[in-house]
Amino acid sequence: MQTDGSRPLLRVDGLSKRFPVSPVWYRRSNSFVHAVDGVSFEVARGESFGLVGESGCGKTTTGKLLVRLMDPTCGRIVFDDGDEGPVDVSTLKGKPLKRFRRKAQMIFQDPYESMNPRRTVFDTIVEPLKVQRMGSHLDRLDRVLRMLGLVGLTPARTFLFRYPHELSGGQRQRVAIARAMVIEPSFVVADEPISMLDVSVRAGVMRLMEDLAARLEIGYLYITHDLAAARHTCSRIAVMYLGKIVEIGETETVLQSPKHPYTQALLSAVPVPDPTVTRPPVRIRGGVSPSLDPPARCRFYDRCPIADDFCRDNEHPPLQDKSSGQMASCYRV
Amino acid sequence: MDVQRAPRSVDHSLWRTRLGLAADRLRENWAAFVRARVGVIGLAVIIFYALLAAAHPVLMSTVWDESIYDPVVGYSFDETRQPAPPSLRHPLGTDPLGRDILSQLMFSARSEFMLGLLAAVVTVCIGTMVGAAAAYFGGIVDTILMRLADIMIMMPGISVLIVLSALIGVEHLELGLIIGVLSGFGGTGVVLKSQALSVVVKPYIQAARVAGGGPLHIILVHVVPNLLPLSFLYMMFTVTSAIFSEAVLSFLGLLDIRMSWGLMIHTTESAGYLTQVTEAWWLIFPASLSITLLCSSFYLVGRSLDEVVNPRLRRA
Ligand SMILES: Nc1ncnc2c1ncn2[C@@H]1O[C@H](COP(=O)(O)OP(=O)(O)OP(=O)(O)O)[C@@H](O)[C@H]1O
Ligand code: SF4
Ligand SMILES: [Mg+2]
Repeated sequence: MQTDGSRPLLRVDGLSKRFPVSPVWYRRSNSFVHAVDGVSFEVARGESFGLVGESGCGKTTTGKLLVRLMDPTCGRIVFDDGDEGPVDVSTLKGKPLKRFRRKAQMIFQDPYESMNPRRTVFDTIVEPLKVQRMGSHLDRLDRVLRMLGLVGLTPARTFLFRYPHELSGGQRQRVAIARAMVIEPSFVVADEPISMLDVSVRAGVMRLMEDLAARLEIGYLYITHDLAAARHTCSRIAVMYLGKIVEIGETETVLQSPKHPYTQALLSAVPVPDPTVTRPPVRIRGGVSPSLDPPARCRFYDRCPIADDFCRDNEHPPLQDKSSGQMASCYRV
Repeated sequence: MDVQRAPRSVDHSLWRTRLGLAADRLRENWAAFVRARVGVIGLAVIIFYALLAAAHPVLMSTVWDESIYDPVVGYSFDETRQPAPPSLRHPLGTDPLGRDILSQLMFSARSEFMLGLLAAVVTVCIGTMVGAAAAYFGGIVDTILMRLADIMIMMPGISVLIVLSALIGVEHLELGLIIGVLSGFGGTGVVLKSQALSVVVKPYIQAARVAGGGPLHIILVHVVPNLLPLSFLYMMFTVTSAIFSEAVLSFLGLLDIRMSWGLMIHTTESAGYLTQVTEAWWLIFPASLSITLLCSSFYLVGRSLDEVVNPRLRRA
């Protein structure tokens, strides 16, 4: 969804990441895990874009590629926040890379490990400002105190010099959010920011992220395996299966009328709050097959309830428009 | 955005809070150290020897006559027979060359400390950087550093020192540097690397990279501080091994040094008294006991530090 017809904040084109299976640097491996395999999508400015899928399908890897924590095997990531011309993230180096790091941040999956245990809350939040040499010491202190207020850690001064072990999980995740937001980025990858949190604080953290997004006009890549959370936060979502995007579209349409058999299976696993509604159960066979050197055919073939010989003998189906902007990669729907 | 600026005084009081917190941590660690007991004994012995070392120059310039009590060129004219047993004038007796043993013991303590600390500091500086760099960069940097470590570990330390002492004069300074380099690039570096490996995979390292921190920033700010506790531990162990190596090499007469505990035993041995413990015990016991005590004290302090930095080892 492009809000004003202008260029998207982020355009991902054929992004792939393969991990060699015998990672000895001097020996070429000929076996690869295809963690992310030819993924394309766009994120508009200020938009929350959801990435859902089961464990191990490559969500975190995609997120890390987008903030350049890893180098992609191939594909392009064009980032354009309107400040300066569009840049290809996957080839950035040196100064331009450091400038890009002011604009793209990541909130990590595990709040217990994403703070250095030997550094205080202040040290953690101020780090991006410090390495980017932004502001004087007092300016930075100001901004840290303000961020602490924004993420609801008040009174801010009592939190400044606490160590991570003196904080609860929810408070740590708030610190992680404050840290990601303190340099006012235009794009944030939020990797299951609430999955490790207690149910009672999830809503608060989610509301906080939405608040900040609206206030600072941040585009999110919101990674989750929780469809309810995705529905709540994201305007559009992509469903991933074994490194491929199998369905992409407006969140409501995708969740109301899923086209791809995998999305249908995912949804049938989610309990429906209304007891009068019965959804036909969609059964899928087996477990996740490894993405280790997968055959060329449809990734979902082994588990697909409606697969036929055509699926077996042809390549992985391309993403096709199935109904007004809702795309799915399946030959049979 | 519109929030009033923090006044300068807030900043100052924040720094005071920060210092207070550091002091609290120190106090907590000290309590854990004391609870571990053996470390306190070790520390007491170390302080005792440090006082001996510090007292030597004072005694030499006040009550001790230089021509008699100099640890290297002094000679006790009052004794009829050398080595002379302990007496009031010479509390620990004299050696076969008529020199005061207590003075030798105290004089040597200082150089043992300097040797130990030099070796330890060099070891830890090299070991920490080697470990952090190998773990952070991986790949070819790791391979090169670890093969170098293999060479250092395989190198038979004493034989290398024998060859080196034949080629160049090895004194305390050189010895400290050699031991530091051998153990920093060798065993200590490898141990610290294995610790660093568990640090570099932590999400906070990736968070620092996303923030724009370069390798140097990440290694110095995130990796090294998490290695420091273990480094301190190895610092203590290096002191032990440095003092011990020095004793062995001096005993073999391989070092170009004027006086040391090992050399005292060497003198005893070359005068033929080493096997006559009952006859001339004061020649052997002071020096060998000092070597044993000081070495084991640093080791004990290391063990207690291990309990402090390794909360899993702490008793409940
Ligand atoms: N550094 C790596 N080296 C080798 N393989 C990796 C690496 N990182 C991830 N993988 C593999 O890539 C695949 C995708 O991993 P990823 O972490 O992206 O999954 P995910 O969708 O985030 O799962 P989860 O929901 O459990 O977090 C997995 O099969 C994983 O084993
Ligand atoms: S292409 Fe065939 S195998 Fe793949 S999801 Fe569609 S029906 Fe199933
Ligand atoms: Mg993940």
